Amino acid sequence: MAEEVKLFGTWASPFSRRIEVALKLKGVQFEYIEENLSNKSPALLEYNPVHKKIPVLVHNGKPVAESLVILEYIDETWKHNPILPTDPYEKAIARFWAKYIDDKLWPAATKVLVSKGEEQKGVTEEIQEQLKTLESELKGKKFFGGESLGFVDIAANIIVFLLVAQEALGLMEILTEEQFPVLHEWYQRLVDDAVFKECVPPRERHLGFFKVRFGSSTASK
Amino acid sequence: MQEEQVKLLGLWFSPFVRRVEWALKFKGIEYEYVEEDLTNKSSLLLTSNPVHKKVPVLLHNGNPIVESLVIIEYIDENWKQNPILPQDPHERAKARFWANFIEQKITEAMRTALVTQGEQQEKVVKELKEAMEVLEGEAAAKLNDKTLFFGGKNGLGYVDIVLGWICNWVEVIEEVGGFKVLDPQKQPHIHKWMANFVEVPLIKPTLLPKEKMVVCFQMVRQAHLGLAAKK
Repeated sequence: MAEEVKLFGTWASPFSRRIEVALKLKGVQFEYIEENLSNKSPALLEYNPVHKKIPVLVHNGKPVAESLVILEYIDETWKHNPILPTDPYEKAIARFWAKYIDDKLWPAATKVLVSKGEEQKGVTEEIQEQLKTLESELKGKKFFGGESLGFVDIAANIIVFLLVAQEALGLMEILTEEQFPVLHEWYQRLVDDAVFKECVPPRERHLGFFKVRFGSSTASK
Repeated sequence: MQEEQVKLLGLWFSPFVRRVEWALKFKGIEYEYVEEDLTNKSSLLLTSNPVHKKVPVLLHNGNPIVESLVIIEYIDENWKQNPILPQDPHERAKARFWANFIEQKITEAMRTALVTQGEQQEKVVKELKEAMEVLEGEAAAKLNDKTLFFGGKNGLGYVDIVLGWICNWVEVIEEVGGFKVLDPQKQPHIHKWMANFVEVPLIKPTLLPKEKMVVCFQMVRQAHLGLAAKK
């Protein structure tokens, strides 16, 4: 039976890009549909009526929403090149860290782009604490997933987006080699990975996107 | 056969801990329960959950697992009897989707409503009512006289275990917080589900008296409002 796989996403969304990484790692052919978030397609609204958000994966007509839920679905449906460990305990650890990234790092990352002065300083420190925590989890490993990139590495694509945003807005560089030697090295490995690098927004366009979206609201003092 | 050592670090009034207990009981897993003291956290808790320092923590043969939803999935994958999540990947994805919806739109929102007042609370309560409407829609679509639970023909499932806390906690939080979200007229299917859930033999003995919970959550609310006033 021919598989029909569609991904509804947007080019600048880290959540959408996560799904691209997973599908490409598994060699799954898919049709990509770029959504216009200010004019959502009837299909998107039909497939994700609860949140009306991207990404949505549609597999043989059945929709799956929420990026981490989609990643697990992909891993359970196409079993080769696993993204999650098979051991339940290792899997639990991976889920914990992906959740940490989404619950803690993501809100802080979005906040740092819109805050100013003292508040921005406070959030930056928060992010540094979070990166420290991630650094100690990573120690000794090539990727969070071990030898090859896995669930947590894919979820951590947020870091890539944060760094591009910081550069675009002239904010202080946060992931310095000095402060985070392990994470810094991991980051280079991640962005050099053959599959991962196909799934980041084109750099110049991405820088421009952040400048337009957040440019006037920040003042790096 | 290696003896399984299962320990649960918890707090008697935590809905997150209760969920894990339900999952363990559902599977018939023997476990040792350890009551934590928030003002004096045990060294076991601090070493098992150094990142968040919170309960629940499940310790399986010494290995710690934290975050209630992560723990429940671990329990389901490690002990294969009485499956909690469906087998089919798409059904699993739907169950996880609804578990996330409940956590983000209902559980977190209830927590905020408990510790806020005035305009801030009003905003959250409005969002809560909208979320309950969405959940009511899902309940109406999924449940009927033959299918009492979100787990379908298997009886209780993941979504039931994740949502079940509302049966023992929401009325308490509403009373303490001074607002109302539950409405049998607006949410008939959820209310029917709640009535069935509390009668499940493994659930019933775990329910706590409302008065005891009200006293406890009143203290939580006062503490948070006191802190907020000082800022």
